[in-house]
Amino acid sequence: MSILTQEQTKRICDRVMAFSKADECRVTIKGSRNGNIRFARNTVSTAGLADDTQIEVQVAFGKKQGTATINEFDDKSLEKAVRRAEELARLAPENPEFMPAVAGRQFKASNTFAQRSADIDPEFRAQAAAYSIEACRKKNLVAAGFFNDSTSFETIANSNGVFGHQAETALDFTCTVRTEDGRGSGWVRRSARDAAKFDPREAADVAIEKALRSVEAKALEPGRYTVVMEPAATSDLLVYMLNGFDARSADEGRSFLSKKGGANRLGDKLFDEQVNIWSDPWDKDVPVLPWDGTMLPRERQALIKNGRVNALEYSLFWAKKKGVLPTASAGNIIMGGTDKSTAELIANTRKGILVTRTWYIRMVDPQSVLLTGLTRDGTFYIENGKIKHPIKNFRFNESPVTMLNNIDEIGKPVVIGGDESAYSMLIPSMKIRDFNFTSLSDAV
Amino acid sequence: MERRTFLNIGGLAFGSMLVPIAGRAIAAEELIDRMAASLKKPLADIALNAATQAGASYCDVRIGRYLNQFIITRDLNVENVANTESAGVGVRVICNGAYGFAATSDMSPDGVAKAARQAVAIAKANARLQTEPVRLAPVKGVGEVSWATPIKKDWRLVPVKEKAELLIAANRAGMAGGASFMQSMLFQVNQQKYFASTDGSYIDQDLHRLWAPFNATAVDKSTGRFRTRSSLGAPVGMGYEYLDARAEHKVKAAGGVATLYTGSYDIVEDARAAGRDAKAKLTAKSVTPGKYDLMLTPEHLWLTIHESVGHPTELDRVLGYEANFAGTSFATLDKWQSKKFKYGAESVNIVADKTTPNSLGAVGYDDEGVRSRRWDIIRNGILVNYQATRDQAHIIGEKESHGCSYADSWSTMQFQRMPNVSLEAGEKKLTPDEMVKDIKKGIYIVGDGSFSIDQQRYNFQFGGQLFYEIKDGKIGNMLEDVAYQANTQEFWNACAAVCDRRDWRMGGTFFDGKGQPQQISIVSHGASTARFNGINVINTARKIG
Repeated sequence: MSILTQEQTKRICDRVMAFSKADECRVTIKGSRNGNIRFARNTVSTAGLADDTQIEVQVAFGKKQGTATINEFDDKSLEKAVRRAEELARLAPENPEFMPAVAGRQFKASNTFAQRSADIDPEFRAQAAAYSIEACRKKNLVAAGFFNDSTSFETIANSNGVFGHQAETALDFTCTVRTEDGRGSGWVRRSARDAAKFDPREAADVAIEKALRSVEAKALEPGRYTVVMEPAATSDLLVYMLNGFDARSADEGRSFLSKKGGANRLGDKLFDEQVNIWSDPWDKDVPVLPWDGTMLPRERQALIKNGRVNALEYSLFWAKKKGVLPTASAGNIIMGGTDKSTAELIANTRKGILVTRTWYIRMVDPQSVLLTGLTRDGTFYIENGKIKHPIKNFRFNESPVTMLNNIDEIGKPVVIGGDESAYSMLIPSMKIRDFNFTSLSDAV
Repeated sequence: MERRTFLNIGGLAFGSMLVPIAGRAIAAEELIDRMAASLKKPLADIALNAATQAGASYCDVRIGRYLNQFIITRDLNVENVANTESAGVGVRVICNGAYGFAATSDMSPDGVAKAARQAVAIAKANARLQTEPVRLAPVKGVGEVSWATPIKKDWRLVPVKEKAELLIAANRAGMAGGASFMQSMLFQVNQQKYFASTDGSYIDQDLHRLWAPFNATAVDKSTGRFRTRSSLGAPVGMGYEYLDARAEHKVKAAGGVATLYTGSYDIVEDARAAGRDAKAKLTAKSVTPGKYDLMLTPEHLWLTIHESVGHPTELDRVLGYEANFAGTSFATLDKWQSKKFKYGAESVNIVADKTTPNSLGAVGYDDEGVRSRRWDIIRNGILVNYQATRDQAHIIGEKESHGCSYADSWSTMQFQRMPNVSLEAGEKKLTPDEMVKDIKKGIYIVGDGSFSIDQQRYNFQFGGQLFYEIKDGKIGNMLEDVAYQANTQEFWNACAAVCDRRDWRMGGTFFDGKGQPQQISIVSHGASTARFNGINVINTARKIG
C-alpha cells in the first residue's frame, strides 16, 4: 500500500474533493517504505522495515480551518476524514492570518527517484554494514553505524485545481570507528538519492583512516585558529543561519537580518564576496520536490549572492502584507565553491586545524547567530601544508556570519546530509581565519 | 537532542518551539473512548501463542493507543488545534538468542499473529549475525494488574475553547508586560499502554502528561536588539489541574527576582513576568567574564543534571551501543568498579526514580513489565550505579532490571531510556535566600537556556533565562550574555551546598532523543537550588556585520 502511483493518488484526491462541503479543500498524501540496519560493537544490533501511508485533509470555511489525517483509503474512511476536518474547522476560532489555497500553480518535475535505490533489499543493507564491521574486526577497531534507505512519494492537490505527484528515493550512511582503547575515533557520512553513488567500502575506509590517525592526540591551547572545515563541519552551522532568512522575523526585528530602526538587511553585504548560497529543486546532485508545504512551486533562488543578502523567504501571509510575491521554502542548500579538494586546502595552509565534523550545535544568541558546539571524530593540526598530528577536541563559540566573513579559500562542494536538519545539502570544504575555540574537551 | 522527527512550526526560526507530529487526527469526542483490558488480553494471548509456536523462547506484546492534542498560538491568534491518535501492536521476541521485532496497525487476530511470526522470522535472521545471545534478567509475572497516572482533571474533558483562551490570556499578559511578540503552546498526552509477556504479566496502564511552554520576545527597533524569555513552568505527569494555579504552589526566588512554581502553574502570571523580563534584558548589564560562584535554581539545574549525569550513566552509552549517534560516556565500567570514582562533592547525591509523583517518568511498570523503583546513581559523591534494562542487568552484576525500558510508540522497539534522575535535597536546613548570604562574587541563574555537551559528556556549556549578579551576599542587577563552561567531574566536585527539601522542584523535557532510528522520550529531573564554586563564565555578546 505504501507506494502509490499518480493515477491512484489522483483518484483519491478527486474523491476527497467530491466529499468536501467546505469553501476549500487541500489534500496531501505521503507514503514511504523505510529500511534500516544498525550496528555497534562490531555486530548488527537491529534491523527493520517500516511502511507508512497517510492522507491529510485540510478544509476551511472562511478563515476557519481544520485538519484531519487518516491512514485508510476506502471511500468510507476518506469521507470520515473530510467530515472530521470540517467539524474541527467549524469549532476552530477564526485565524486572521488565514491564507486561501494557492491557485494556478504548476510544477516542473525534478529527478528525485532512482530505481537502484528503490531496489535496495535486506542483503544490500547487510552488506553496507558488513564491510565496516569486517574491516574493523581485522584491524582491531570497533565499528558502530547506521544505514537507512527510503522510497517514498508525495501527492498534493487542492480545490483550486493545483495537483502534483512525485516519487523520491534517498539513502544515508553514517559510521563511527573507534580504536579498542578508546583513544582514536573517526567518522563518515554519505548521503545520496541514487544507490549507484554510494560505496560502503570507500566510506568505511575514510572512518577507519581517521580513527587510526586520531590516537595520541595532543592538546592545543584554545584560541583563534585558521581552520580547514570539511563539509560536515559547517553544514549545520549554515542551516542555523539560513533559518534566519525568514522575512517576517527580519521585519519584526527578531533576526540577525533585522536592521536598526525597523527595516531588514536585504541587499546588505554581510559576508565575504566569495560566498554564494542558493536553493534549486532541479540541482542534479541534490534534487528535491518542486513544491513546498504550502503548495508553492520552488524555484532556483539565490539567498546570498557575492556576499550580499539577495533574498528573504516570504510566506503567503507576509508576502500579502508586504505587497511582494511569496517564495516557497527551500528544500535544499547549495553553496558555490571551486574545484579544489580538501587536500589542496590543507596543502595551502601554513598553520591550522583540520575539522572533520562539528557536533551538538546550539544557538547561544540569535541576535548574532552565536553558536556553540564541539569538534568530533578527527581533529588534526596542520603545519606547512601537511597534517602533523591529531589534537584534542575543542568547544567553539562562533557565528556563521563571522565565519563566512573570514573565508580564505573554498573547496569543491560535496553532497552532505544534515546531522540535525532535513535539508539536502551541497557544501564545500572551507579554509577560515580566526575561528574561535573557547575550551578543550577530553572527549574522543 | 531534538532531531528530524520535529517540525519547526510557525516559521519562527529563532526561539521557536518544536512539535512532534505523529499519528492521525481524530475528533474530540473520540478521545475518551478506551479499549477495555478484557479485549486486549485475548489479542495479546494470540501474539504470545503465535510467537511461542513459531519458536520464540520469550515474547512480549505492547498494545498501544497514543492520544495527543496540541494547541498552538501566536500573539492573539490560535494558529492550530490538532488531535492525533496512533494505535497498534508491537511484538518483541527472543528466538535463537536474538531479538526480533515487528509492529502492525492491523489489530485483528490474524494481523497480530502475523506480526508475531514476522518478529520470530526477523529474530532467526538476526541470530546468524549475533555474537552473544540476549540474556534477560528474570521478572516474576504479575498477572492482570493496572496502573494510572493519578490525575484530578482529565485534559480530554476540558473544552478546547477554554484551553485556547488560557493561552491567549497568557500571550495578552506577556504583551502587556512588555513583550513585542508571544508564542505559547499546550501539549497534552494520554498513552494507553497494555503490556503482556510470556512471563505471565498482563499490565494495563493509563498515562497522562502535560506541558504549556511559551516564549516572549521583546524588540527594541531603535537599537535593533531583541531578547527572549521562556516559560518557567515544567512539563508534568499530571492532569489539567496543573494549570489551575494555586497560591500555595508559588515560591519566591531568592531576592524575590521571580515567581517559581511547584504543584500548579500560573501561566498568565509567568507570561506577564516574562514580558517584563524580556524587556529588561534589552538593557541589562553585559557580564564580565571570569570565575564566579553559581547559584542554580531547579528550573535551570534539571538540564545540567540531564546532560551531565543522566546521559553519561546510561549503560548502553557506556557499553558503546550509541557510539554512532548520541555518543559514549566518560563514566566507564572501571570507574564504577573502583567504588571510589569521585563524580562529585560529598554533598552530591543523585538518584534514579521512576516513582516520583507528578514526574514525567512515573509509571507503574516499564515497557518490559518491570515494576518501577528508585535506586542510587551517585551516593556521597561516588558513582555507584547505572541505568539498566533486563538485557543489561547481568553486565553490572544486578539480579534485576532497573526498569528503564521505554519505546516511544507501539511501532518502535523498546530500549534503555533515562528514568527521572534527580539531585537529592540537602539535609541541612538552607533556603536560597540564606545561600546568597555567603556568596561574595556570584551569579544567580533562573531557568534553562542554550545547552551543549560533548559526546563523552566531559565538556559542557549552558546558558539560562534570567541572570542576576550576586555581590557580597546580596542579589544585585540583572546580567546578560552569560554562559558557563565546565568539565562534568570538576563541576559536580565544585558543588558547595544544596538547599533543603522545601526548595526541591522538578523540570524536564518531552523531547529527549536517542537511538537510530531516533526515538523521543520524556523525563523529569528534580533538584533544590545548589551552589557551585569558581565556575568559568564567558560573555556571549558578539557584533556582526
